[in-house]
Amino acid sequence: MNELAAVIPWLGTHKPRAARWVVIVLMITAPLIAAFFGRTWMRVLDFALLYVMLALGLNLVVGFAGLLDLGYIAFYAVGAYTWAFLASPHFGLHLPFWIVLPAGAAFAALAGLILGTPVLRLRGDYLAIVTLGFGEIVRIFMNNLNYPVNITNGPQGINALDPIIIFGWDISRNWQVTDNLSVNSLFFYYYAFLACVIGSVIFIQRMQVSRMGRAWAAIRDDDLAAKAIGINVRNVKLLAFSLGATFGGVAGGLFGAFQGFVSPESFSLMESIMVLAMVVFGGMGNLGGVIVGALILSFLPEVLRHHAVPLQQAVFGTVILDPEVLRLLIYALALILMMALRPAGLIPAHSRYSRPELLKAEPVPAEGRA
Amino acid sequence: MLTDTPSATMTTNPATTAPILQLKGVKISYGQITAVKGIDLELHAGELVCLIGANGAGKTTTLNAIAGTLPIATGNILYQGQHIEGLPAHQRLRRGLALVPEGRGIFTRLTVEENLRMGAYTRRDKDGVEADLERVYTLLPRVKERLAQVAGTLSGGEQQMVAIGRALLSRPKLLLLDEPSMGLAPLVVEKIFEVVRTVMREGVTVLLVEQNANLALEFAQRGYVMESGLMTLTGTGTELLHDPRVRAAYLGELD
Repeated sequence: MNELAAVIPWLGTHKPRAARWVVIVLMITAPLIAAFFGRTWMRVLDFALLYVMLALGLNLVVGFAGLLDLGYIAFYAVGAYTWAFLASPHFGLHLPFWIVLPAGAAFAALAGLILGTPVLRLRGDYLAIVTLGFGEIVRIFMNNLNYPVNITNGPQGINALDPIIIFGWDISRNWQVTDNLSVNSLFFYYYAFLACVIGSVIFIQRMQVSRMGRAWAAIRDDDLAAKAIGINVRNVKLLAFSLGATFGGVAGGLFGAFQGFVSPESFSLMESIMVLAMVVFGGMGNLGGVIVGALILSFLPEVLRHHAVPLQQAVFGTVILDPEVLRLLIYALALILMMALRPAGLIPAHSRYSRPELLKAEPVPAEGRA
Repeated sequence: MLTDTPSATMTTNPATTAPILQLKGVKISYGQITAVKGIDLELHAGELVCLIGANGAGKTTTLNAIAGTLPIATGNILYQGQHIEGLPAHQRLRRGLALVPEGRGIFTRLTVEENLRMGAYTRRDKDGVEADLERVYTLLPRVKERLAQVAGTLSGGEQQMVAIGRALLSRPKLLLLDEPSMGLAPLVVEKIFEVVRTVMREGVTVLLVEQNANLALEFAQRGYVMESGLMTLTGTGTELLHDPRVRAAYLGELD
């Protein structure tokens, strides 16, 4: 929260209280602003929140524990498919969301453990390659497990997933207030996702300054030294991995319910890289940075999709670059610019892993901080 | 330089006390390559023993195996009379075996204070930790001035001090120091050795791995010389210091 507020130029540093209020007001009114531009933008906003959750989870693995995971989207897939299996006509199961969502999270955590146990002895590039492979394996499984027994329905994906129903209230239905006034379900989804994001942020923030958070920082900075001070490096890494996966699983479940449809193509390598780009762009290890990174990089392509073609037509009279190509180009450009101008991300991580009352010396926020 | 050996002030007689650490026929391999080919080593409580040898002799490997960060292929490691070969590193630390890794191994993105407190990661006695912190601060006044600084921005000597201070916060009985003098100016090295000496006076046993043989042998009560994975010589610091073979091989003297 404070980290988010600090992002706002000038206001964040000069009037932190005011900046906080701006953030709160923006969070609450964002869907209204989006609605002003049309339904599409409300959907984009809802998706952006899912990306925020993914980025938060991946940041836990990459930013906190320093484990480069290129197959993170696999956990998102596990969460989404769990929802599809347990709450859709596919198997005829329609369990309520408060069972399905935790189940998705649990399965994702389990997948994290299964992947983590053999591979966490690897480091750096090697770990990245193995996780990349894992991500692809999961996707290919989803793609091919329709024969001999149809489990995932293959490339067609699974349709008609149950929406989120809270105490009998189906949030995927528009709320007809009066005859000519209805509240779009996208609003409800926004606030449901927002609640999940806020919950995640609070949880992760607490983890960061906990004993475990410090252990993660330690293994990220120096594996051997971490062992030497008595950290059970394997277990601590496993926990980071499966906890990160849990957030992926929750986001995946929400995604499935929101979209009402899952198919393997939503979980390609490109998606993993996108989420990683959000984390790196925003600032690895800084929650505020990661959130901003995820928001910017999920809105940017949509803006392009809507404005690139008309703009090119207006300027050049013809479409030179396809928006899809432009999207990758802009991503690359954003990352290159970031590396050159702000190598630690939009909002660099601060080295604070202890609750303030734990430290005697007040950390200096001056220069010299990495 | 460091001429007075601490042994002069110590009353423990290594021969009569039970060894705190014993290595028996320890072999350590990296895949196909055997780095340590069966070594014996003995350390008595209160001693300061150094392990010298050329680059690649297996000194760091040996130290890491004692700390538990590397598995051994065969042989026994006894600590306080008990087998510890099977214990993971974090459990050895709980028993009082602390390693200060080569190249300092500090947590560069944490503050100095956080680094030091991480040393007490396995401890639950809050008051004891605070007291030990104060002790470390008096031992390392330079470090105390920089508590709030990010550890990665410290000088090499200061980083080494932090690494030693962090190890002390685990209340070690046996401190394993891996090349504390590496890449540091002579004056700084002297300060670090001064700290090690103080630590030893407080009753901590020290096993020191050094490439700087002259310095280490002057400083330690006993020494071991390691050569391509084997222990070739052992003796008191002075003996080794005057041994013609050591002088020729490590002290740059020609016959």
